[in-house]
Amino acid sequence: MKTTISTAVVASILASAAMAADKSVTIASWGGSYQEAQSKALFEPAAANTGVEVKQETYGGMSDVRLQVSSGQVTLDIVASGSGSAARAAAEGLLEKLDYGVIDVSNFYPTLYSDYCVGGDVFSTVYAWNTDTFGEDGPQSWADFFDVEKFPGKRAYRGKVAGALEPAILADGVAPEDVYEVLGSEEGIERALNKIRELKPHIDVFWTSGAQHAQLMKDGEVDMTTGWNGRFDNAKKDGAKVAYSFNQALLDYDCFAIPKGAPNKDVAMEFLNEISKPEYQDDLPKYITYGPTNKAAYDTGEITADVAAGLPSSPDNAAKQVPVSLDWYAEWETIAAEMYQEMLTE
Amino acid sequence: MSATDMNAAGLRRDERLERLKLFGLSSPAVLIVLIILVIPVGWLFYVSFIGADGTFSMENYERMIKRKSYARIFSTTFQVSLLTTGLCILIGYPLAYFMSQLPTRVANLCLITVLLPFWTSLLVRTYAWLVLLQKNGLVNNWAISLGLWDEPIKIVHNLNGTLIGMVHIMLPFLVLPTYGAMKAIDRDYLKAAANMGASPARAFWTVFFPLSTPGLFAGALMVFVLCLGFFVTPAVLGGGKVIMVSMKIVSNIELFVNWGAASALGVVLLVLTVAVLWVASRFLKLEQMTGGGH
Repeated sequence: MKTTISTAVVASILASAAMAADKSVTIASWGGSYQEAQSKALFEPAAANTGVEVKQETYGGMSDVRLQVSSGQVTLDIVASGSGSAARAAAEGLLEKLDYGVIDVSNFYPTLYSDYCVGGDVFSTVYAWNTDTFGEDGPQSWADFFDVEKFPGKRAYRGKVAGALEPAILADGVAPEDVYEVLGSEEGIERALNKIRELKPHIDVFWTSGAQHAQLMKDGEVDMTTGWNGRFDNAKKDGAKVAYSFNQALLDYDCFAIPKGAPNKDVAMEFLNEISKPEYQDDLPKYITYGPTNKAAYDTGEITADVAAGLPSSPDNAAKQVPVSLDWYAEWETIAAEMYQEMLTE
Repeated sequence: MSATDMNAAGLRRDERLERLKLFGLSSPAVLIVLIILVIPVGWLFYVSFIGADGTFSMENYERMIKRKSYARIFSTTFQVSLLTTGLCILIGYPLAYFMSQLPTRVANLCLITVLLPFWTSLLVRTYAWLVLLQKNGLVNNWAISLGLWDEPIKIVHNLNGTLIGMVHIMLPFLVLPTYGAMKAIDRDYLKAAANMGASPARAFWTVFFPLSTPGLFAGALMVFVLCLGFFVTPAVLGGGKVIMVSMKIVSNIELFVNWGAASALGVVLLVLTVAVLWVASRFLKLEQMTGGGH
């Protein structure tokens, strides 16, 4: 009796060890409450169901991937990335082409996956305000955010160009549908920068990470900031006096990519298919208010109407927002970033 | 050939042999310097001349001239480094002097407190300053409750906050060599000066201070050079407005598709630093700073 039990135990240990040795993926993401949400909703349950061993890391973005690929020492199998930087990394040849024969995207919003990156969540760049300073009815447009007479108080703004010019050009009176057309020249970029220059004396902090802008609001360091909606909801859960609006917000998505030469490319492809399934994606909003990229996730009943109403990708919210143009970033980001730095160092 | 000539030839041969042996003994060190210093720096120079398309190009340097932000970032870097060094001297020299006057046992205790911050992570110390100095931080709250000022004042997320954090981190680098130099000064010199009728202040400025300068200069130089490459502290405490070269190097790595865009910044920083040291060496005796001048 005793022997049979121990044999069974040994066998199962051996089996699980063999499985782990067979199938493992290393995933890198951005850390903080974002990666925690991904981990709880996607990575851990998918790992439990497939037997794939998941190692998680945090990383500094596509420059880490470039370093790994150019030195031939690729250790990451899957990386979470912003859609824009993934598009640029793909153009540079740093990513594996995704096999949509393996990854099922039949229920995805068509704009939320590309040849090299499959959408993981939908988020918004919003303006958030301190409810102690401005009450629940804070600024309702980017023009309000830039209006220091109507809404006196200290601002924080992004320290990088991504998602920083659109608000300024909207505040300058450009219609949402014309944003990228106007920004499609150095004069247009300069026009947006001039708007930020006007606000600059009131900008206390140029933030560099999502954790930072959440902290700034939590500590009451500034009265208003730009930032990613999910981080503010999590800060609010932690007791921060913060509210935000989707009106004129920038609708964007994060995606998963496979670095070129990833050691477990095939497992990674299967794993991406797994975490793209609605049964995982419908759990993500429980941990962070980012919307699923798989439409079917709304049909499983896990996402209540209440929760859906607060997600960036819900139809009502999406209609109020400006979708981010990957084409603009591919063409203009480098030039715009240099011009942005010039504004910052003045 | 006379015996003396033969002797001389033999001596010369011995000398050559000894030199060769000595060189052989030092060759591992030479090799290490070559591998960890000369080759990487040479590589850095090489890469900085490679453009986005992988061919030889000056574009990484042309960009620095075309965009005004680069000159401003370099001037911020040197400004912050100079200010930090100056503040470290103002605080560190009197501290080292005070310690050098204490009985050895008490002085050792003080030394430990100076060294203590070294054992805490730089990142932790920097964030601790953020917690202390922010708008609703401890410093503002205490000051307001004590009635020192009424509204929270802006101490961090600017140049001031950066300097506070950097001076705190750099201070031991200045205090230690200065203290060492002061301890080595023979007290009898000061007694002799007093004997000759010098007032304590005069004895200090004409005897003690000049003798302590090698340590002070060594410390100041170390602080200055280390400051030039600072990243974490200005990034966290500068509020995104104090942009130093190291931060620009990081953003260029993210932004441009070639390493050269970042390498060129490293090369310019290196050249400027060497130039500053060269100018400094015209006025100060560099070899004295390293303790070789005694």
